[in-house]
Amino acid sequence: MSGAHPTPHPRLQHHFDSLEQQFEASALGMWLFLVTEILFFGGLFMAYMIYRLTYPEAFAEASHELDVVLGGINTAVLISSSLTMAMAVWSAQLGRRTGQLLFLGLTIGLGLVFLGIKAVEYGHKFEHGLVPGPNFRFESARDPVHSQLFFSLYFIMTGLHAVHMIVGIGLMAVLFVLAFKGRFTRAYHTPVEVSGLYWHFVDIVWIFLFPLLYLIDRHGTVGH
Amino acid sequence: MDTAATPHSNYLTDGYGIKSWLLTKDHKRIGLLYLISVSAFFVLGAVFAGLIRLELLTPAGDLVESDTYNKIFTMHGVIMVFFFLIPAIPSILGNFLVPLMIGAKDLAFPRINLLSWYVYTIGGLFTLWALVNGGVDTGWTFYTPYSSAFSNSNVALVVVGIFINGFSSILTGLNFIVTIHKMRAPGMTWFRLPLFIWAHYATALIMVLGTPVIAITLVMVGAERLLHLGIFDPKLGGDPVLFQHLFWFYSHPAVYIMILPAMGVMSELVAAFSRKRIFGYEVVAFSSLAIAVVGFLVWGHHMFVSSQSVYAAMAFSLLSFLVAIPSAIKVFNWSATLYKGSISFEAPMIYVFGFIGLFLIGGLTGLFLAAVAVDVHVTDTYFVVAHFHYIMVGGTIMMYLGGLHFWWPKIFGKMYHQGMARVSAVVIFIGFNLTFFPQFIVGYLGMPRRYHSYPPEFQLWNVLSSAGAAILAVGYAMPTFYLIYSLVKGERAPANPWGAKGLEWETTSPPPTHNFDTTPVVTEPAYNYVK
Repeated sequence: MSGAHPTPHPRLQHHFDSLEQQFEASALGMWLFLVTEILFFGGLFMAYMIYRLTYPEAFAEASHELDVVLGGINTAVLISSSLTMAMAVWSAQLGRRTGQLLFLGLTIGLGLVFLGIKAVEYGHKFEHGLVPGPNFRFESARDPVHSQLFFSLYFIMTGLHAVHMIVGIGLMAVLFVLAFKGRFTRAYHTPVEVSGLYWHFVDIVWIFLFPLLYLIDRHGTVGH
Repeated sequence: MDTAATPHSNYLTDGYGIKSWLLTKDHKRIGLLYLISVSAFFVLGAVFAGLIRLELLTPAGDLVESDTYNKIFTMHGVIMVFFFLIPAIPSILGNFLVPLMIGAKDLAFPRINLLSWYVYTIGGLFTLWALVNGGVDTGWTFYTPYSSAFSNSNVALVVVGIFINGFSSILTGLNFIVTIHKMRAPGMTWFRLPLFIWAHYATALIMVLGTPVIAITLVMVGAERLLHLGIFDPKLGGDPVLFQHLFWFYSHPAVYIMILPAMGVMSELVAAFSRKRIFGYEVVAFSSLAIAVVGFLVWGHHMFVSSQSVYAAMAFSLLSFLVAIPSAIKVFNWSATLYKGSISFEAPMIYVFGFIGLFLIGGLTGLFLAAVAVDVHVTDTYFVVAHFHYIMVGGTIMMYLGGLHFWWPKIFGKMYHQGMARVSAVVIFIGFNLTFFPQFIVGYLGMPRRYHSYPPEFQLWNVLSSAGAAILAVGYAMPTFYLIYSLVKGERAPANPWGAKGLEWETTSPPPTHNFDTTPVVTEPAYNYVK
């Protein structure tokens, strides 16, 4: 029964019968993990939707304070990083070490650019007194309490997304070292594939965050 | 065939050092690590329960201050719910049995399995830290804005502890689902799986889908409390009822995380001790999934008095009645399995009857509470306390202990004293009913929960309840002694002491490290008992 592999692949763990079974288990595990992530972010999206619908003016007004240009650039940066991630997976499938290193490196770089731009945006919010708490100053707001609610959600949602980015960059760094050691071959590249799923997921979360936080009611009736 | 006669190298003898346990990737050893930590938390939670029953012996609040009392019932709830009831069966018995029952060498992700135990332990340590630091007084429900803005106790520490602990649940659930999908032995088709596996599959779905929601909710509570980022506090523009929705979206299904594995154990025990295939196997299997799905749609019945719209209340009421159906189907099917079976009354079977008794009372009183009008009358009374103890404590503990007795010979390769075990099952059943049945009455008469003093006319019921708690304590102490004693002096257990069906009984007791000497091939349905 288990004699299918006379000399088992060094990456085959003892409790699996074949590399295919091992890969399928890892991939299913990552998909399930992403489902838990959807529900994790789902609680926040739920809260955001309810408050957005309850206080549309206050939220639209607060939303206008976000920098749509920086947010837009960041969206482009993340989408590009998903492309480089896909290229890294492709290189791993073909067992091309140089390609893996190049594209993993680019993915890390784009991730860092995203975090840098996000830090600049956060800095502006601090300068303008738009951080919820005792120092919250939003003089022009007609409903400052609920505009503050918007910024609470903005910081938790984008902050949590940034934490996921940092984890993703950490993963990529580990993969980079392993790729450097020539770990990933045509026969075995599971870690690159499943980490790629994670990276695309974090990207997609931003694809939802960007319009929700920055774009809705951009051209609405309220504003300065 | 008596394989027990020849000493066989097994998972317990495969390495003795502390490192061979703390760094183990063997699902069986990890199950035992959980057994130790979960039992420790159970003892702690039980001590708090004892303090509650001691205080309520007299109408006056004379043992502890009301502030202290708030902390006592909070710690009792937090520890029992998050650190005992939720992990008890899946993390101990499930961990041990899921790979064995499907003919796998281990769970799909052994390292993640070990990680889940560390995560559980770290979450537990945070909670203990909060306890040593003065406790927490919000109730295990952490309702906002009290928890996020007003309470002067260690809310943040406990919230962090439960947040961390939640990942242990998520990782265990994820591991079970992948294992059941991808690691079944040749011939082990979905409809040949033991019902224990179906129940754990359904449980794992809830763990994976529900737990992240409580995690993010606790993040929001923590952010509001520590960083003053308003979400739920009305003063900061938030809505406290939103917290309740998010909290119960997980915490109601959490009840099914506790009871579904217990139902899985029930099916194994009923089949083994009546020597019959479970009546309506497929229906019982699908009723587990039905409970998991419908269980996600009933959370609003915890909020009938909290400004939820009347139409929402009606919908939640109907759905709550609906979720009783698959549970009832299971009880009917177990009863039908007993019919004309060759029933024998070994200790685990006594727990089976205990389960049916407690689950029936808990389930039927659940119907009272699903009816909006009755629920409004008894909200926050001891009626509710009695109901949820019957269903989630009575049901889960009976089958946790029943399962532990059933698989003890497999886990440790030792037999315990049958007579003592039968007596303890009866003592627990009597103690449990004496503790909680009077609470239905006193609750219906109007005694509110969560107060340390009460009007003198309620004293009789409270004294009965406290007396029951003392008996219950004896009932819980007994297995602790004779089970541990069996490890030292117990008779060596054969591979299959009960003559039960299932792959776990086809390997030696205790099993070898890789579970089976040769990968089993399955050719027959589950519970293929010859009449």
